[in-house]
Amino acid sequence: MWQWLYKLTSPKWFYTISGQLMPWLVGLTTFLLGVGLIWGLAFTPPDYQMGENYRIAYIHVPAASIAMGCYYMMAIMAAAFLIWRIKMADMVAKACAPVGMTFTALALFTGSVWGIPTWGTWWIWDARLTSTLIMMFLFIGVMALRSAYDSETAGGKACAVLSLVGVVNVPIIKYSVEWWNTLHQGASSLSLSNTAANPPEIWMPAFFVGFGLFGFYLIAIILRTRNEILIRERKAEWVGEVLSATLLVNQGEV
Amino acid sequence: MNIVKATLRRELLIAFRSPGDIINPLMFFVIAVSLFPLGVGADQEFLREIAAGVIWVTALLAVMLSMDSLFRSDYEDGSLEQLLLSPQPLYFIILAKVCSHWLVSGLPLVILAPVFASMLALPEQGLFPLVASLLIGTPILTLLGAVGMALTVGLSRSGLLLAVLILPLYVPVLVFGTGVVDSALNSLGTAGLLALLGAMLILAISLAPLAIIAALRISVS
Repeated sequence: MWQWLYKLTSPKWFYTISGQLMPWLVGLTTFLLGVGLIWGLAFTPPDYQMGENYRIAYIHVPAASIAMGCYYMMAIMAAAFLIWRIKMADMVAKACAPVGMTFTALALFTGSVWGIPTWGTWWIWDARLTSTLIMMFLFIGVMALRSAYDSETAGGKACAVLSLVGVVNVPIIKYSVEWWNTLHQGASSLSLSNTAANPPEIWMPAFFVGFGLFGFYLIAIILRTRNEILIRERKAEWVGEVLSATLLVNQGEV
Repeated sequence: MNIVKATLRRELLIAFRSPGDIINPLMFFVIAVSLFPLGVGADQEFLREIAAGVIWVTALLAVMLSMDSLFRSDYEDGSLEQLLLSPQPLYFIILAKVCSHWLVSGLPLVILAPVFASMLALPEQGLFPLVASLLIGTPILTLLGAVGMALTVGLSRSGLLLAVLILPLYVPVLVFGTGVVDSALNSLGTAGLLALLGAMLILAISLAPLAIIAALRISVS
């Protein structure tokens, strides 16, 4: 296990191993997403209160939790980069920011789409909405900081410090916003985790879509990281070999 | 502790010899607060509702805008490098620097706040909680702002970037700071909220200097 993890810290090994894993990951993700989405969006019974609207939760809920997980992943990678100077960790952290921001935006968008017919408004300053919005700002801040630095290493380290400061703040922000909201208005009853009212035929597709979206998230991170490896290691010999091999294959096909 | 005293003395001397650094954030605060009645109307009832929020948001922006003078000139004349190389405990030097910066940019805001809060028709029972919350809250803002400033001091155009980095981190302070005043106006206890703000201040004092040091090392190298 440690040996394997240690191998992954080398860009070349990460590139090779992720390349071998990729077809499996893509296949599994396509299967999970395909089954889950068709089942959840077309074949589950409508909710007795929300009608057909609730189906968007099949995408909304996993997107929101993946976005949050992505922030923690970015912070863990940041710590690994600062403590052990693992360059791979910085490359993964760099991939996390835009992917995490997109998932946060997806969660907010699907939430709004769900909110229009259900709440009658696409935005309210609810605790969850607000803290998700602030998390999107945190991702944007990390991306803005990295793009402001010319030096790749200095930018990576600066982003790592910012991510770690942010991760200390995330629970405080979440807690403060929840407190702020409950002071002004009663907690809205939008808990989707109320499993008692959700029979297995409702949550089984969510299980599929959840893991499918998680697979999609991993694919997005890995693809971005692989690009980053090729860009940063472009002077290394093995990159030249990989690229010329790909070129040859492509030319052969044409 | 000599180093703390020396740093405090140096920073305060520098600040008082270029009073613009002290006065400008204060003027920003005063002018920005005065813009609100002009923008939203002079209705006393409505102003009373928003007074605490206006004071807190403006103070937060004033603190953020004042951050530029914390490391900028030290970075430009190279004394920041000397500071990082010095054998003295860096944690205390940084803490003293941030503390003196708060003394010249944060404390005046706290002192002026009740005047402008009463101009915004904040009832009397809200004035003391407002001052207390600002007194505990603005040092947190300065410490967090110093982290952002340390990260961006090496960059040429950092003003708006700083805002993007640290304003999201200011959310809890703003929420609890205005919460203190709200509770006081609703005749609820404020001690618990002030204690929470105090806990955040202790957390910031113990952790923020470490992040500032790490960030400064990146910016200087």
